[in-house]
Amino acid sequence: MIDRKYIGHALPSHSALVELGRLQFFAKAIGQTDPIYTDLASARAAGHPSLPVPPTFLFCLEMASPDPSHMRNLLGIDQKRLLHGEEDFTYHRMAYAGDTLTFEPRIDDIYDKKNGALDFVIRTTRVTNQRGEHVADLRAVIVQRNPV
Amino acid sequence: MSADQSRAMSAWSDLQVGDKIPLLQLPPLTRLTLALYCGASGDHNPIHVDTDFAKSAGMPDVFAHGMLSMAWLSRVLTNWVPQSAIRSFGVRFAALTQVGESITCAGVVTEKFEQDGEHRVRLSLTTTNEHGDIKLAGNAVMALN
Repeated sequence: MIDRKYIGHALPSHSALVELGRLQFFAKAIGQTDPIYTDLASARAAGHPSLPVPPTFLFCLEMASPDPSHMRNLLGIDQKRLLHGEEDFTYHRMAYAGDTLTFEPRIDDIYDKKNGALDFVIRTTRVTNQRGEHVADLRAVIVQRNPV
Repeated sequence: MSADQSRAMSAWSDLQVGDKIPLLQLPPLTRLTLALYCGASGDHNPIHVDTDFAKSAGMPDVFAHGMLSMAWLSRVLTNWVPQSAIRSFGVRFAALTQVGESITCAGVVTEKFEQDGEHRVRLSLTTTNEHGDIKLAGNAVMALN
């Protein structure tokens, strides 16, 4: 069972530069065919200052913390029993290549189901840009399968 | 249909509950795609790319990152309307997506409403394999003109 004392715990925040080449690589990996996500001229023609950060890429930048396994280690979660249960994004404004985004995650809740067979951790992360503007909020439901 | 043509179809007044937005059909999932997504996403969990590790964790084989499927679903949204119209987007990872499966991403309008001075629609979203098994289920709220 995961220690409930971590409910409300603020996890280390970090900032990440949105790199244009990384967005192009991500677009290739997901089979993206819309040129506004890979071609600067197309993005600008569509009214964007640079390549847009696509909807789910914020999750990737959230993972790009100096110690990606920090929460797992803090809570004693075994990577081999870890499942990603849900992911939600609430968007407030667009982000672009060249932006520096700051991620402030916290543990919102910890609970279990099925007599402890499943542990749940709810992590919420506020994302702001280099101007302090609110870009998005992320919410992850992380599940650990326990031996019964 | 090009992205611009389909975007032109998204006027709020013309939409009805039950309307389907254009599908996205993916080719059979390859290990190369998993390797590319591992690198591009920064999610280096070996369970998605290292068969030995996956087996040691009790899985028969590597399987897709949940967030790869969510990224595919996001393409359905941005093929339909500009990304700036997305107010929220969430999914539940219902089942694992396996190598070789051919995934279809779909969305249907479930609600039309006004909020914060905007015309909005709620979409119900799924990814399914060639047998119709649901892998991801979710929804999105979009602001439309």
